[in-house]
Amino acid sequence: MEVGRLPISTSRRGKLLSAGYTTLASLCSASPSDLARDIEVSEGEAIEILKIASHTSRLDGSNGSLAAVNVGAQTAWDMLHEEEFSARITTSCLDLDNILGGGISPKEVTEIGGVPGIGKTQLGIQLAVNVQIPIHCGGLGGKAVYIDTEGSFMVERALQIAEACVEDISEYSARLRKDFQVDQVKMHPNNILENIFYFRTCSYTEQIALVNYLEKFITEHKEVKVVILDSVTFHFRQDFGDMALRTRLLGGMALKLMKLTKKFNLAVVLLNQVTTKHTEGSFQLTLALGDSWSHSCTNRVILYWNGNERCAYIDKSPSLKSASAPYSVTSRGIRNSASSCKRIKMM
Amino acid sequence: MANKDINQMGLPKWITNIFTARNITTAKEVLSLTEFQLMELLDVGLADVTSAVAHISEVVCPPCQTALLLMEHRVRNENLAGHLPTRLKGLDEALCGGLPFGVLTELVGPAGIGKTQFCLKLSLLASLPENYGGLDGSVIYIDVESKFSSKRLIEIGMKSFPEIFHMKGMAKEMAGRILVLRPSSLSEFTESLHEIKVSLLQHQVKLLIIDSMAALVLGESDYGGPRQHPLGWHVSFIKSLAEFSRIPVIVTNQVRSQIRDAVCKYSFQAQSCAETKDDTARYDSHLVAALGINWAHAVTIRLVLEATSGQRYIKVAKSPMSPPLAFPFCITSLGISLLNDDGVELTGLEISTITCQGQNDVLNIDGERLWG
Repeated sequence: MEVGRLPISTSRRGKLLSAGYTTLASLCSASPSDLARDIEVSEGEAIEILKIASHTSRLDGSNGSLAAVNVGAQTAWDMLHEEEFSARITTSCLDLDNILGGGISPKEVTEIGGVPGIGKTQLGIQLAVNVQIPIHCGGLGGKAVYIDTEGSFMVERALQIAEACVEDISEYSARLRKDFQVDQVKMHPNNILENIFYFRTCSYTEQIALVNYLEKFITEHKEVKVVILDSVTFHFRQDFGDMALRTRLLGGMALKLMKLTKKFNLAVVLLNQVTTKHTEGSFQLTLALGDSWSHSCTNRVILYWNGNERCAYIDKSPSLKSASAPYSVTSRGIRNSASSCKRIKMM
Repeated sequence: MANKDINQMGLPKWITNIFTARNITTAKEVLSLTEFQLMELLDVGLADVTSAVAHISEVVCPPCQTALLLMEHRVRNENLAGHLPTRLKGLDEALCGGLPFGVLTELVGPAGIGKTQFCLKLSLLASLPENYGGLDGSVIYIDVESKFSSKRLIEIGMKSFPEIFHMKGMAKEMAGRILVLRPSSLSEFTESLHEIKVSLLQHQVKLLIIDSMAALVLGESDYGGPRQHPLGWHVSFIKSLAEFSRIPVIVTNQVRSQIRDAVCKYSFQAQSCAETKDDTARYDSHLVAALGINWAHAVTIRLVLEATSGQRYIKVAKSPMSPPLAFPFCITSLGISLLNDDGVELTGLEISTITCQGQNDVLNIDGERLWG
């Protein structure tokens, strides 16, 4: 209610306060010309201030009624319903999907970390392809934004994975066609590549700028259902002296990404690197970027070597129980660990 | 782009002037501040700050390409679709054509395994004329350990590509394209990197080799520990060099023995850790790459060269496109060559371990000592 809370510039705020306008109520009763005279600004500026003030007071004024508070809010029951019916992005590995509750969840930020060569980028490319599985096959039929900070995105590899995915889709719809006489247009791997929007960022400034810009980009490309950031770490890890600044920038970026997931109902997948941490007299592996960063993501999945097997472990999640599942990286992409079960998971 | 001047961004004149007056000149500075801080600093309202930040972000952020365009562009504009073939058939197939342009490829292995031999061969390949399958360009070879041998280079050339090297003047021309730099310290290296950036543009440089990256750091610090930071800047600089000039960059890395305590696990693996520690009592031969995990994240392709019971193997330990394959190889007067092209697919961790057992150190080439 205080004028001090209005989103206006410091000098204008100062003028308002010194002229005695301390509450929104006092502003609302002032006419633009009075205000302009009192605080010695042009009438245009006065109108602008009044507009902001009346907007703010409308928000505040509605405090009394419960219904108005609920603008943008949902009941837990509605949320449950929505979550149950929203399709998830399959990882193409049944075991991994199972522990993830069906795949990567839209509307959430998922962080995936692991040692070099464990398959983070592979999983990233796989998700960028899988998000395009058509709706009639149980996918999302969306598009993907792939942000490459490390230069490790290999288009040849994306093509391999896309080819495998197309084969699986046509096999699946061939089985479906017995029931529905729908003749689907056959997807082509090139269509899949065409729907991956690739950005290459070369510095952390570009990374932040891109995250800021994504909101506009996705408004123009509403079909985007997944944003993959590979990796969130790289630019923030090299040559970054001011740790407080780093934490703040990362926190801001995470908030913006989280806003995106809610606004556009899409999944954000952040890939992270690992670092060694000295605790209790021994070195332990942990995901990079520090402790405050680890609060930023909704889900955290760690990929690790368990003996000779690649495994994924749910390190943090508000809804899933911590569990681990084996997976493997094949020439066709991410698949189940057991070689017998190679079929892509649909539905 | 990040350091682009705000004056040039097409913002409304009045707000550009305010930015200038507050001495905020680059996008980097603006994007490092929160909107609230900007409001305080610039003395303007939230709506103006938000739209200015959105505008700056849009100008600074890199252009969008679809993956399809990316692929078509590469196929159309680059020799061999952006790969330097190693002429090791199996390896080339696994890597979809060879060492890709624009990324870092790392060779890691114990001393004397053949890293430098591989580098020499690669620098010849890049300098060969295009009709012989080369890249027809110059090579910058940063020789930190002073192991570059021009005599050996010519020998490999003579034996592997006799049709070219026996042509009159060709040996001179080929060798003349390989530029060797010998920085003696990290700071010298840093300096030469800046110069290289310039010369990459001026000359037709098609390959950059750094042999070895580890020696630079090991030479500087007297005690090892997890060395992560000294190379931070270099890593991103070299990566951006590779990226913007679209050439392959080869770096080599040494090995060190694994310290027992440093067997790293995640905290949730702590229990299984205790069990495994007892039954793996073979730490003596356990080697790891000298540069730490941060470095390992930065390289796109890691090739491990190792020796197991007298046989040398080259393993694709990290690669975005290749399955984990191991190829037996040997070093002959032709340089490095594979014993078979099929490769053995390895499962699990085996692909990234480095062993050095029973390597027959005395490998004679024409009665001479072996080449490191």
